[in-house]
Amino acid sequence: MSTGSLLVDQATVQRGGRQLFAPVSFELHAGQALHLQGENGSGKTSLLRALCGLSPLAQGVVRWCGEPLPAARQAFGKEVFYLGHALGLKDELSALENLQTACALAGQPLNTDAAVSALQAQGLSKRKHLPLRVLSQGQKRRVALARLQVSAARLWLLDEPWVALDQAAQSALTDMLRSHVAQGGLLLFTSHQSQDLGDAVSVLRLQA
Amino acid sequence: MNIFFTVVWRDLRLAMRRKAEVLTSVFFFVVVATLFPLAIGPEPEMLRQIGPGVLWVGALLATMLGLSRMFESDFRDGSLEHMLLSPHSLGLMVLGKITAHWLLCGVPLVILAPVLGLQFDLSPQALSMLCLSLLLGTPVLSCIGAIGAALTLGVRGGGILISLLVLPLYVPVLVFGAGAVQALESGVGAQAHVSILLAMLLPALFFSPWACSAGLRIALE
Repeated sequence: MSTGSLLVDQATVQRGGRQLFAPVSFELHAGQALHLQGENGSGKTSLLRALCGLSPLAQGVVRWCGEPLPAARQAFGKEVFYLGHALGLKDELSALENLQTACALAGQPLNTDAAVSALQAQGLSKRKHLPLRVLSQGQKRRVALARLQVSAARLWLLDEPWVALDQAAQSALTDMLRSHVAQGGLLLFTSHQSQDLGDAVSVLRLQA
Repeated sequence: MNIFFTVVWRDLRLAMRRKAEVLTSVFFFVVVATLFPLAIGPEPEMLRQIGPGVLWVGALLATMLGLSRMFESDFRDGSLEHMLLSPHSLGLMVLGKITAHWLLCGVPLVILAPVLGLQFDLSPQALSMLCLSLLLGTPVLSCIGAIGAALTLGVRGGGILISLLVLPLYVPVLVFGAGAVQALESGVGAQAHVSILLAMLLPALFFSPWACSAGLRIALE
């Protein structure tokens, strides 16, 4: 986890035929974090989705390790972890099954012991066999964060990761992000609260 | 290839946790196939003639009942986004979902058809041909239906739209599927029909995951 760089050049996103924000350019290197800010509807989520390749950019270029993105998608797919508002968890499966299935789909199968200890670290050890529909919103988010914890991806794209978490879980998440960055990971996140992630964080404001 | 079995197993397990959805389409098939002999009356000659057609139409409608759910819940809870972002081939994952749909909606119909066929006084040869034609035809229905489901994903009233989109494409399968049994009964032999069904199955298996993937990417944009 040493190299890896994300270069964004004059990128913007259109939604409903309207340009959401003025073109932005930034560079993100190993060991750096970027806090994406902006009002509601300023296009933070749209930018994150476009960066991970779910939707197209209206203009601009994204380079991962120097390679322009649509072409380098295969390599990029293994390196990126995206967590949006929808958590991608099934209500019918238990926390443990959800974690293992999601990791297998992401190309990173997880054995039961590793999955159990990841859930334990999120404080879910007593609820790991309950179906997800009986868990609270915050507990569901913790299951999703357990995925983040075991992820080997270098670039983390997180959309409002602190939402619905209690105080303890929020600071645990902050510690997790800080150690990811300290180990040479890349982090791009949106949040309406200011988060204390140390010196590695720079701020980008999206403006119309 | 591993990812294919992961997706099949995941979808089967999900279906086991909400059995009602699977049982609905199977039960629908049983009811439709039973209503016809009750309404038409006990004339063996007539029943023998309409039997294969009625069972095939029933199977076709029953398959369609489950289509709109194929990608819907994964779309709503965000699982589909994660599948799209996965480094694995989306086509293989979609093929896994199609296979799971067939195992849940197609295979029970193939197993039930000979039992329901007895109500239409079909001969043993006709029953086994009915099974064979359904065995080859229902995967085609799942493949074509998946394309419709992918294209109508996220559209309000998608259920009705799928029917309009997919039913015309089901016609050739219906014609040769039901035709196989009738051809056998009339003494012509069903080999040609079976060959054509097989010839529809192979390209459907090949092209459907590809077309679905394109549809899903558009739906998630």
